[in-house]
Amino acid sequence: MFDPEFIELSRLQFAATALYHFIFVPLTIGLVWILVIMESVYVMTGKQIYKDMTRFWGKLFGINFALGVTTGLTMEFQFGTNWAYYSHYVGDVFGAPLAIEGLMAFFLESTFVGMFFLGWERLSKVQHLAVTFLTALGTNLSALWILIANGWMQNPVGSEFNYQTMRMEMTSFAELIMNPVAQVKFIHTVSAGYVAGSMFVLSISAWYLLKRRDMPFAKRSFAIAAGFGLASILSVIVLGDESGYEIGDVQKVKLAAIEAEWETEEAPAAFTLFGLPNQETQETDAAIKIPYVMGIIATRSLDEQVTGLKDIIEHNEERVRRGMLAYGLLQKLRNGEDTAENQAFFDEYKKDLGYGLLLKAYTPNVTDATEEQIKQAARDSIPHVAPVFWAFRIMVASGFAMLLIFALAFYYNARRQILRKRWLLWLCLLALPLPWVSIETGWFVAEYGRQPWAIGEILPTFLAASSLTKQDLILSLTGFFVFYTVLLIIEMWLMIHFARKGPSSLHTGRYHHEQPATAVTGG
Amino acid sequence: MFDYETLKLIWWLLIGILLIGFAVTDGMDMGVGNLLLFIGKTDDDRRVMINTVGPHWDGNQVWLVTAGGAIFAAWPAVYAAAFSGFYFAMLLALFALFFRPVGFDYRSKLDKPSWRRSWDVALFIGSFVPALVFGIAFGNLLQGVPFHLDEFLRPFYTGSFLALLNPFALLAGVLSVAMLTMHGATWLQMRTLDELAERSRSAARRMALLSVLLFAAGGVWVALGIDGYRVVDMPPPGELTSPLHKTVEIASSAWFDNYRARPWTLLFPLLGFAGMIGAWLFSGSGRSALAFFSSSLAIVGVIMTAGVSMFPFVMPSSSNPSHSFIAWDAVSSPLTLTVMFWAAAIFVPIIIAYTTWNYYKMWGKVSVDEIKNRFAAY
Ligand code: HDD
Ligand code: HEM
Ligand code: HEM
Repeated sequence: MFDPEFIELSRLQFAATALYHFIFVPLTIGLVWILVIMESVYVMTGKQIYKDMTRFWGKLFGINFALGVTTGLTMEFQFGTNWAYYSHYVGDVFGAPLAIEGLMAFFLESTFVGMFFLGWERLSKVQHLAVTFLTALGTNLSALWILIANGWMQNPVGSEFNYQTMRMEMTSFAELIMNPVAQVKFIHTVSAGYVAGSMFVLSISAWYLLKRRDMPFAKRSFAIAAGFGLASILSVIVLGDESGYEIGDVQKVKLAAIEAEWETEEAPAAFTLFGLPNQETQETDAAIKIPYVMGIIATRSLDEQVTGLKDIIEHNEERVRRGMLAYGLLQKLRNGEDTAENQAFFDEYKKDLGYGLLLKAYTPNVTDATEEQIKQAARDSIPHVAPVFWAFRIMVASGFAMLLIFALAFYYNARRQILRKRWLLWLCLLALPLPWVSIETGWFVAEYGRQPWAIGEILPTFLAASSLTKQDLILSLTGFFVFYTVLLIIEMWLMIHFARKGPSSLHTGRYHHEQPATAVTGG
Repeated sequence: MFDYETLKLIWWLLIGILLIGFAVTDGMDMGVGNLLLFIGKTDDDRRVMINTVGPHWDGNQVWLVTAGGAIFAAWPAVYAAAFSGFYFAMLLALFALFFRPVGFDYRSKLDKPSWRRSWDVALFIGSFVPALVFGIAFGNLLQGVPFHLDEFLRPFYTGSFLALLNPFALLAGVLSVAMLTMHGATWLQMRTLDELAERSRSAARRMALLSVLLFAAGGVWVALGIDGYRVVDMPPPGELTSPLHKTVEIASSAWFDNYRARPWTLLFPLLGFAGMIGAWLFSGSGRSALAFFSSSLAIVGVIMTAGVSMFPFVMPSSSNPSHSFIAWDAVSSPLTLTVMFWAAAIFVPIIIAYTTWNYYKMWGKVSVDEIKNRFAAY
């Protein structure tokens, strides 16, 4: 019944469309605050150039925003189309933040973004600034609610399984919102968006500076980006560390996978800088370790230990066995033997039901699993280590590279030497992809590191998918591939076209390309 | 505060309101998109048309997004079974919807005529196809959908994509397109000038007549040719927790049960007809605001007619009627429904307030002059 290739394709489709959505999302989240900053300066000082800055960067913001919305629609549909059993099983809990996101955030950002673009001549200065601010607030609230939803998948608090309805049900909305995983996730992810927005403005401004074009415009943009960027990257890295701390508590497995830590080490654990994790032998070859660092990141102390993967697997084998019992009791309860005794028994075992469900990959009946199958299910309960290990290191490496760049840019800009540091301007330009490298690998760590679970310790991914066929998935994947490729080409082309033109694209007559009366296009 | 049964009923209503909100607001943008190639003769015409909805389409589209989210949260089983069952129909609507954000945003960014014409076609597809697909989906719901559940409530859809395109469903699809086009046309007469407004007026009249015919034909067809569903045995609505605990029969004219039991509900189909006729009359006499208002009422009437005919059914199963989803058993837990009720009660009025401010600020006839002289236009 569970065709592994079909599951792979479903996962591929979700991963591809989500990662694609998240190319545009962080830029929206970050750039919009830069617009708020620029427009605030305009409103306070009345200097026209800040209005031009808001409008020009706003134009690029709009090009990006359109694809953020387009690809977001896919996400909204996709739980139902491709993860139908997931939707049934957790909709009671997971659907609520998603619907609230619509009511509280999407309406706000989408209503005001239209006024941002088309309201310049109809609104007073202060009104327009308010509109920009509300757009920014909307995008950030949207991130908050979706990450509450995602945080619940990682750490499912405030909910309980109900055997009558065969699904998870909410028991506390407050716990859902206060989920510590969701909180740190929100701060880390939103700050990552600010970094993306800052790097975007920094790089493009650096290019104008290198070309010696529209200098007053570029210098001001550069300065704002450098300041906002430095603050944001510090926040990401400091709170990235916080994020490691959280999963140390809640998601020990992911932490151990990030570290490729097979054996539980004496506290304080060492941080593996480099190594080749091997899933078969359960060892990490050629490891280079820095003592103490891991223990500090994960547990904030020198004397608590980080649990190794082998111990986790062993522990989980026990949970699989208990899960089998839970499954047997569930069958009884659903077949009418819902005596008080059975219910009490089930309540005792039900937190391990998810582990029992892991066995469904091998035997539909679960309760008749063999010893070998139980051992296999326990081994399945951890993700593949190497991809998580490497993705994490890429995120962190490009994070520190960006820290360096923002710090230098900020420093030399403050000392008014930036124009003479052409190497630094080049570096800023070349660093443009770095935020996206960090962000995409970061999501990969968070989501791939959560496997085999769709909902942590509750619902295995392979059970969560819809009852579709491989052919269905191949067809839809092809459709997404074609559409998304074409859309990306068009978007990139427009982005580059307008970035090259720079503020001249506003047709105010004040900027570089308009000075010798070059051709002017509408729009 | 509310008992479970009341909450279930409230959520049936709220989902209806969200769908109506979508059809009345975003349906208007889709109507404009449907007309773009036909009554927009020149590039200027088309820019005017696009700019009448320019500041609003994105906010309007969120009614759809939120309706999706609310169905997920309030009727998870329906979200699961309908979206995965109608897989390719959903993807078709989705891919078509892709064209709208980029179409609106990118079209006028460049001057090249071929670039703009391509986006005009894209906007047409992005308006026409979803309107058609959503109508077809309703047409299929009225006939029942071939799906069943296993003991763990996993849904299995046993129909095919082509089976969705049956004659009655197509009729519903065309009705949906005609009605939304009428709606867009009444909007355009209110917001544009001169010839363009004139052309919108006659388009609105034609589409209003077509809608009357199709809506009447649909009614006759349901009366004579389509069996309805009827619950024959179930526990009290407040106690029903699983879609497996009731018995349902298929019976001719069962979709008229509610009208027989509560004749006042006949007001909804009447409202549908009255709205369409009103749109026709007022478009003729040049009272464009009243025409737009009537056309909005027509949409409310038609959607409520479908809802009331089927109530309490939400997604009947043709292959295993007792597994049908109804408003009493496809729903979330009381806590989720309560939390969501408060979220809606707080935010919907706020949304309506700022949306009204948005329309108020951006109001006025859109003219070619204005578009050429203002920089803030699509
Ligand atoms: C609210 C829920 C949610 C949110 C906010 C995200 N994801 Fe996720 N993700 C899922 C819910 C989910 C899922 C439905 O549960 C998937 C599909 C299969 C699975 O196990 O989890 C998943 C899988 C998944 C995978 C593949 C893992 C694998 O199957 O190997 C990747 C790489 C991402 N996601 C990446 C992202 C990105 C870039 C996101 C930012 C938008 C994102 N996720 C947000
Ligand atoms: C996987 C679950 C996700 C779903 C179902 C989803 C859904 C959506 C939808 C429907 C839209 C379009 C809204 C509109 O019409 O204006 C959208 C846009 C957006 N989403 Fe997502 N999203 C997901 C993940 C995320 C995450 C994790 C974040 C933030 C951290 C995020 C942030 C945003 C933002 C800021 C926008 C505004 C448009 C833009 O980015 O340009 N989304 N999303
Ligand atoms: C330099 C130190 C950093 C550390 C220690 C760190 C730590 C982490 C950890 C542990 C996760 C996984 C969280 C989970 O599984 O729930 C994560 C995810 C993520 N990281 Fe980082 N990170 C760092 C830098 C960055 C940078 C520079 C960016 C981007 C600019 C970034 C963007 C992300 C994103 C988008 C996610 C996924 C969302 C989330 O789970 O919060 N990270 N990070």
